[in-house]
Amino acid sequence: MTDYKKPLPQPTPETQHFWDGCREGKLLLQRCRDTGKAYFPPRPFSPFTGSRDVEVFQASGKAKLFSYVINHRPARGFEDDAPYAIAVVELDEGVRMMANIVDCPQTPEALQLDMPLEVVFEKVSDTISLPKFRPARS
Amino acid sequence: MKPHSVAIVGAAETTELGKIPNMSNLQLHADAALNALADAGLKPSDIDGVACCREEPTEIAYYLGITPKWVDGTAVGGTSFLIHVRHAAAAIASGLCSTVLITHGESGRSNVAKARPPVHPGSLNGQFEMPYGVMGPPTMFTIPLLRYMKTYNVPIEKIAMVPVVQREWAAMNPRAMFRDPITVDDVLNSRMIAWPFRILMCCLVTDGGGALILTSADRAKDFPKKPVYILGTGESVETRLISQLESYTSSRAFRVSSAKAFEESGIKLSEVDHLMIYDAFAHLPIWGLEDLGFCGRGEAPDFIAERNTAPGGKLPLNTNGGGLSYTHTGMYGMFALQESVRQMRGEAPAQVKDAQIGVCQGVGGMFAAAGTIVFTNQDP
Repeated sequence: MTDYKKPLPQPTPETQHFWDGCREGKLLLQRCRDTGKAYFPPRPFSPFTGSRDVEVFQASGKAKLFSYVINHRPARGFEDDAPYAIAVVELDEGVRMMANIVDCPQTPEALQLDMPLEVVFEKVSDTISLPKFRPARS
Repeated sequence: MKPHSVAIVGAAETTELGKIPNMSNLQLHADAALNALADAGLKPSDIDGVACCREEPTEIAYYLGITPKWVDGTAVGGTSFLIHVRHAAAAIASGLCSTVLITHGESGRSNVAKARPPVHPGSLNGQFEMPYGVMGPPTMFTIPLLRYMKTYNVPIEKIAMVPVVQREWAAMNPRAMFRDPITVDDVLNSRMIAWPFRILMCCLVTDGGGALILTSADRAKDFPKKPVYILGTGESVETRLISQLESYTSSRAFRVSSAKAFEESGIKLSEVDHLMIYDAFAHLPIWGLEDLGFCGRGEAPDFIAERNTAPGGKLPLNTNGGGLSYTHTGMYGMFALQESVRQMRGEAPAQVKDAQIGVCQGVGGMFAAAGTIVFTNQDP
């Protein structure tokens, strides 16, 4: 893990709870209490209303493959992975996030839009576990 | 802003385009600026407003010997210059300054003294996109296309028609970097970049620049070149996170920006003779045609494949060859504007006959920002 060469996220005070959750194997989202709508990325107020009345909750981890590309020119640290999919998934809670799709061939045939996915966490440092998604097993 | 109150009276690109290793990023701004000043018959001391991005307006004003009363450094990606035009027009119309110089220069290919702002690992992009192996625009701007293709049942062959048709326009432009005809097969057999995007669906990377000079319409007739009047303008932004766009089949920034510009101009879409849509990648003209209202949802690929935007078609689009074939320094908006101005002046290499109304649609970042300008060559 010490030789992890890929870009690492640097948590901020507003996102620390999200990364703490990932480290514990939980995908934490936030919800605006006025509208009941979930949102992402984390921030301590509602992007829908501007209200600070928001709560953190654990997402189901279930998602669908929304769109993607298969990158043939690897970013630094990804040389051994290419070609690899850079995907955007849509969580059951309605929010989207970027991710990689693991435990799945990185091919157009295997990566079908709207296929069901579930979150997994890849521990990449003592403090960071990255949420990624794999084809749903349950 | 009232239509017809401000005009473009000077416009030029850098002397060379493509590979210019003997000029710094800063000098590319200056080279374009000096050419635009000559085009307008002005000296640096005649300019009292400066707008640019990536290089600071301070640097450009000092380097060229200008003492501005107004500056704008709006930097929201490659559409910034369209937004500079909008801001400059408003500034001139409200009396903040009288004659504005807008410059762009970018050593995109040779990389001579070009500042490249790093992505902070604590920024939203740094936390929520960079860790997944993104590698610049070819791996992010491109992500929405598969969703569009599935939503409207569009095959990749139709998307590949965009570079094929634009290459026909490029063939008529001596300054275009790529001019040889290509086929759909050529596009779909070219080098894979980020599936489904192959290299002929991605823009060039070049060195170059361009500059514009704007002044009030009442002064515009005193200049050597025919004035190109501004009829309407718009701008908007959405998000720098490609993963967080509202839609993967439409751009909110495109819709907001173009609706404002069309409303201000009072024109009908059917009156548009010439159209530029910033094409960093092959799908952008499709988004533009649909979001600006020229085509219904899912209809733009057929509209292009049926040659409506090709030479001889009813809506000439990206007549310089676009970012896909003409040039793309990294911030193409200035070159889209230059072609709009050439068409309105009647001096474009692939001139659209009797063109009177032109629309220029820019994109900034990756659907992050948009700017729209409606032009005319008809006197008020």
